[in-house]
Amino acid sequence: MSTFDNPFDPDRNLRARCVCGQHQSAAEHERATALACEPVESEEKRYEGVVASAVMRAMFPQDVARRAFLKSVGASTALAALSQFFPLQTATEVFAQAGAPEKKDLKVGFIPITCATPIIMAAPMGFYSKHGLNVEVVKTAGWAVIRDKTINKEYDAAHMLAPMPLAISLGLGANAIPFAVPAIENINGQGITLAMKHKDKRDPKDWKGMKFAIPFDYSMHNYLLRYYLAEHGIDPDTDVQLRSVPPPEMVANLRADNIDGFLAPDNICQRAIYDGVGFMHILSKEIWDGHPCCSFAASREFITTAPNSFAALTRAIVDATAYASKAENRKQIAEAIAPANYINAPVTVLEQVLTGTYADGLGGVKTDAKRVDFDPFPWQSFAVWMLTQMKRWGQIKGDVDYKAVAEQVYLATDTKKLMTEMGLSPPATAYKSFAVMGKTFDPAKPEDYVASFKIKKAS
Amino acid sequence: MTSSSLRLRAGLVSIVLLAAFLGIWHLATRSTGATTTMSPEYAKLMGLTATQGKSAMPGPVDVGAKLWEHVRRPFYDNGPNDKGLGIQLGYSIARVGTGYLLAVLVAIPLGFLIGMSPLLSKALDPFIQVLKPISPLAWMPLALYTIKDSSISAIFVIFICSIWPMLLNTVFGVASVRKEWINVARTLEVGTVRRAFTVILPAAAPTILTGMRISIGIAWLVIVAAEMLVGGTGIGYFVWNEWNNLSITNVIIAILLIGVVGMLLDQILARFTRMVTFPE
Repeated sequence: MSTFDNPFDPDRNLRARCVCGQHQSAAEHERATALACEPVESEEKRYEGVVASAVMRAMFPQDVARRAFLKSVGASTALAALSQFFPLQTATEVFAQAGAPEKKDLKVGFIPITCATPIIMAAPMGFYSKHGLNVEVVKTAGWAVIRDKTINKEYDAAHMLAPMPLAISLGLGANAIPFAVPAIENINGQGITLAMKHKDKRDPKDWKGMKFAIPFDYSMHNYLLRYYLAEHGIDPDTDVQLRSVPPPEMVANLRADNIDGFLAPDNICQRAIYDGVGFMHILSKEIWDGHPCCSFAASREFITTAPNSFAALTRAIVDATAYASKAENRKQIAEAIAPANYINAPVTVLEQVLTGTYADGLGGVKTDAKRVDFDPFPWQSFAVWMLTQMKRWGQIKGDVDYKAVAEQVYLATDTKKLMTEMGLSPPATAYKSFAVMGKTFDPAKPEDYVASFKIKKAS
Repeated sequence: MTSSSLRLRAGLVSIVLLAAFLGIWHLATRSTGATTTMSPEYAKLMGLTATQGKSAMPGPVDVGAKLWEHVRRPFYDNGPNDKGLGIQLGYSIARVGTGYLLAVLVAIPLGFLIGMSPLLSKALDPFIQVLKPISPLAWMPLALYTIKDSSISAIFVIFICSIWPMLLNTVFGVASVRKEWINVARTLEVGTVRRAFTVILPAAAPTILTGMRISIGIAWLVIVAAEMLVGGTGIGYFVWNEWNNLSITNVIIAILLIGVVGMLLDQILARFTRMVTFPE
């Protein structure tokens, strides 16, 4: 995570150009992802780094100049010099206590899956209280219920599938109510799990006639599974059956042979393996590495009526997300979120999901540290991609202004502003290109992208 | 043959049946031993079902042990999503009580009016017939949408499902009070209000109570489903939360408790019914 590294490293670029903001280009990022970021010892240390990073950026608008300066005098000298005329200590303290929230007691709804990790862990691990909030995280039965409870203002904010705030704002499957996403929860962290009896049927071309479960119609799971099937020549609307099934029922249905498999959020995939009813076909990161999954969403009304509460909430989430992005914290997080009050799942299952060392259900142990990852920045190109898939599969009829909707719902600009205030270094642009199963997506040309698919629902 | 010896023998048969049931349950859920060989490193990551062939269904011993755990601390509170069974049952009973009392307050006076007026009775009949068979849970989305509060929606669902049996039974009870009694009251020049309270109400009471007894049964059935849907608190939420964790043991315990509480509610109403029954 860019924001949390040493700003006195001459080799580091404070103006981000790749996913994590740490590298000059996406290619350089790819090469460096194998290298883990430096662990941060304490909260204060991290804040200090964050604030120092902002100060350095202010002092050296030209990155080249900063690097030259650091290279010539050395990092420790630079830090000493900087501390002399800029009170880093005070600035760090000021950052930690921002504007007083209008409303302190908040309710945040969540669905018990590992995607909600930052939202959940922020309660037992004290991220909400650190930002001056008293948040009650409330477990909710399903996506439709969480939507209705958030619209009804029983919840101030909620964990939602990344496409849901777009769908709600557009009035798909609900009345149009402007919603906003200040932060993405997790990237990756899903998987296609198949019933044990299909362990020799690994080629999707043989999957005709099978029944799959997805958590919700407006979910990344739906779009990713459809995308994956269509790339293998299977029309998801006619060749297979897709059923919207609440995650807890998925394992039970798989055991009862009602479905052949599912593309589901984790811990559900790992739970099916743990109970010996299914195996991991592929991780969702093999379809699109770095795809968003769930989001932290609130209504526009809440944002305008309680801007400070909303900002504090977003800060707490961004803070928790940063903490969760560190591999060495994952075990501790698994233990914090496993009790019945939160996810209510065996610690072993959560640990396998979060640490990425997992049983694949076929007798092998696999390791993939990026099985699930956490990155809060709400890329607007993510939103555009989801809108193209809504259009592709007939959820959106007629024309849609991709850019306008994405920018209205995915608060990249506000998040950027907030992150800058916090002293974090957000990416320079809110649009980035990425590849899904090897096919590059250009957020500037959504219509062409939709038209380029052979399999889609005729509209 | 005396009735006490019959009771004794019935009790014995009950115990034998229970023992047989528990025995079969225990045998059916024994673990089958290790199913496949797997590396210890892999086995550590897997559940007992996969590694030791432990049945996915818990045996009576597991359920008993877990039940004892719950009975020992029925009122613990570990935050908004994890509360003791006593608290959860309390929430459910409070919801059922509120919805049910509201239904009593509406259904009985309304039933009286309809029952005493043949015109209203005929006019409202088609509406009641259409509304009566609707599954109370079908109201849930509509309730959530219009009331905009999930706990009030749950109470509304209880209200709407318990109102019909009471309403129909009240109408029937009031309408079928014997004509002679009403005529006698009329001859004695008893006023309408007094007639309603001193003649019709006692005469119709057994039928009304029967309606109330049916209603409380339905209300208790529905609350579990409603809470599973809305979540938050209550025994239905407990079932859902444990299902989420695929903890069949806790689900079975909840089923048992739902049965016991349902029986208690029914028995209370049965006692009231006996109190107002009269020999003709």
